[in-house]
Amino acid sequence: MIPAAFDYQRAASVEEALALLTEHGDDAKVLAGGHSLLPLMKLRFATPSVLVDIGRLTDLSYVRDAGDEVAIGALTRHHDVQHSDLLQAQVPILAHAAGQVGDQQVRHRGTIGGSLSHCDPASDLPAVVLALGGTLVVRGTSGEREVPASAFFTGFLESALHPDELLTEVRVPKVPDVGWSFQKLTKRAQDWAIVGCAVVRGNGTTGIGLVNMGSTPIRATAAEEALAGGASIADAAALADREASPSADINATEEYRRHLAKVLVRRGLEEASSR
Amino acid sequence: MQVTITVNGEQRSNEVEPRVLLVHYLRDVLGLTGTNVGCDTSSCGACTVHLNGEAVKSCTVLAVQADGQDVLTIEGLAPSADQMHPMQEAFREHHGLQCGFCTPGMVMAAVSLLKEIPDPTEREVREGIEGNLCRCTGYHNIVQAILSQAKASAR
Repeated sequence: MIPAAFDYQRAASVEEALALLTEHGDDAKVLAGGHSLLPLMKLRFATPSVLVDIGRLTDLSYVRDAGDEVAIGALTRHHDVQHSDLLQAQVPILAHAAGQVGDQQVRHRGTIGGSLSHCDPASDLPAVVLALGGTLVVRGTSGEREVPASAFFTGFLESALHPDELLTEVRVPKVPDVGWSFQKLTKRAQDWAIVGCAVVRGNGTTGIGLVNMGSTPIRATAAEEALAGGASIADAAALADREASPSADINATEEYRRHLAKVLVRRGLEEASSR
Repeated sequence: MQVTITVNGEQRSNEVEPRVLLVHYLRDVLGLTGTNVGCDTSSCGACTVHLNGEAVKSCTVLAVQADGQDVLTIEGLAPSADQMHPMQEAFREHHGLQCGFCTPGMVMAAVSLLKEIPDPTEREVREGIEGNLCRCTGYHNIVQAILSQAKASAR
């Protein structure tokens, strides 16, 4: 399978990338690691006329201490998120989940910014950043803005990014002493999750992000609120699919996905409570 | 677009369309057909090569993305024409192949894995090659080959 023809532009700086995106608007797509975009282009589900390759912008690849948060450059690869000492110590759920994305080859290419910008509800990292209450830093020609993760994922493969904007950084709160769990059910080791969940629990609050339970990654708000009100894990987990609108596909019916969400959230809450 | 890619230690320059995938560049432009196309959907790992020393799936990389970079294919792994790479030797010794279609990708993935985890457990090996499918289901001997190679190089 070969993608439809496109014009290839390699950006040498963020400014140049933004200028190219401004020039080409909706016709352009940003290419980072390419591990979400190229498969779609090969299937001709995506046929951008211009690809803006930001893969050489190494200044967007970093993991930095930012006070109460850890700042991660958008171009940081899953492999580097997985092996970051800072993230392993301060945001262990994110380092762990990055190590669950695809396989070693995919993690050598795929980037955190690419995964989040792509907004695939079946991806692992959006649900984790959502559960953590992370912030996405977005740059456009007119400046920078910060978008909370809760407002970033707007639809199936649709984000709050404007066509002339670039996601440049992801910020997540440090949660070194908080219980966490990342659960996903796959048919084969490297598959997308049929359903998954990210649980962050401590200091009296719980964040639960769901993978593949709707057209966007979502939070299981009803279950989170039940826990805040003193509900048991079992009772809260029974509410895990309250906000969900899962689709049916070759892997699972809607009913099975709802069942899985409750089971995985219960397991996630139990594991998070044990560490 | 003109690309210059170091492939198996040799600098190659060619004019390619931006949509040409690295695997097709290697096979169709350079004639290096050791790298196979299996699933063509980044799942099976048959097309695994090293890009700057790390295993990647060359069906999901554009040749233009590899411009100026270093690529190693199965053809460039052995130190000489009459001497196999130790990982290839280990696959032969342990019969880590049946039909052989997944083998080039499997060997390249295994070499990359041992660079990152020089002395892996069996579980780490099994997880490390999760991106490579063997339709003969010959995983047992493949895992044994990789483990034996890890132990041999640790000695």
